[in-house]
Amino acid sequence: MELIINGETRRSTATTVEAVVRDLTSAGAGEIPGGIAVAVNDEVVRRTAWSATDLSPGDRVDVLTAVQGG
Amino acid sequence: MTDTLDTHTSPDIDEDRLVIAGVPFGSRLITGTGGAPSLEVLEEALLASGTELTTVAMRRVAPGTQGSVWDVLARNGIRPLPNTAGCFTAAEAVRTARLGREAVETDWVKLEVIADEHTLLPDPVELLEAAETLVDDGFTVLPYTNDDPVLARRLEQTGCAAVMPLAAPIGSGLGIRNPHNLELIVEQAGVPVIVDAGIGTASDAALAMELGCDAVLLATAVTRAQDPVLMARAMRDAVRAGRGARRAGRIPIRRHALASSPDVV
Repeated sequence: MELIINGETRRSTATTVEAVVRDLTSAGAGEIPGGIAVAVNDEVVRRTAWSATDLSPGDRVDVLTAVQGG
Repeated sequence: MTDTLDTHTSPDIDEDRLVIAGVPFGSRLITGTGGAPSLEVLEEALLASGTELTTVAMRRVAPGTQGSVWDVLARNGIRPLPNTAGCFTAAEAVRTARLGREAVETDWVKLEVIADEHTLLPDPVELLEAAETLVDDGFTVLPYTNDDPVLARRLEQTGCAAVMPLAAPIGSGLGIRNPHNLELIVEQAGVPVIVDAGIGTASDAALAMELGCDAVLLATAVTRAQDPVLMARAMRDAVRAGRGARRAGRIPIRRHALASSPDVV
């Protein structure tokens, strides 16, 4: 389905938040790195809810991480 | 060693902890992480600075990124303080703070709401609004603010855990432009006062502490110094020296000389 991932419209096979995060972080089936937060349509999705949060076509998914700054 | 020295009671400077929202820190130097030439240099500089609290920014994940500041802080036991850098409205800052809370697993936030790209000065109206929302939402809010005693008071009344007035604009290295305002903020504050932004070199950091500030937050002065690790160490020493001088109580400034040797009889 079509998703807007970090501002870019993409066709994705991901159907959950967790799948999008695994894809972006190249985590594969391994451990997802720490320091990551996700918002779907501007609402923060808790890490514990990533696997159970289904996505709908057109959803805006923002995946953020802590970087150098400030 | 004389009896006088044996029985002296002045507290060791190492026991003099910075306490923010009930959490004690052994170091009064808070560092940012922006501007470092590499993660390796950043890590060495952070360790040299002795910092125990360090800001990070929240940005979109770039695919394939290897190694992160998050790993550097985690393996060195340095507490990460997510910031809301790059936010221009209260709404943006609140959203970024919530993402930072989730990513970094802390309800502490360095709240920045910037007015414009040219000055990077805080927007006081948006800042106060964001602070109110975040305090209500259970955050421990450390706001980056103008060196305005009235705004600092309002932020404290809102429930902020510290106030962080600027010395000068972010990244400018201009040093403390208005020491009188900082003194006014220190005099009235019931929460820690942390000078944030504008520090250029070690004497600026020492002066901030001599004025009575509780801590110094700096990034560029270290990360963009010619030798970031050496500057980090210098800043660590400057903050300790300035704090020590403040606690020791400096002599009054006199217009004329005062002999330190006894009169000849």
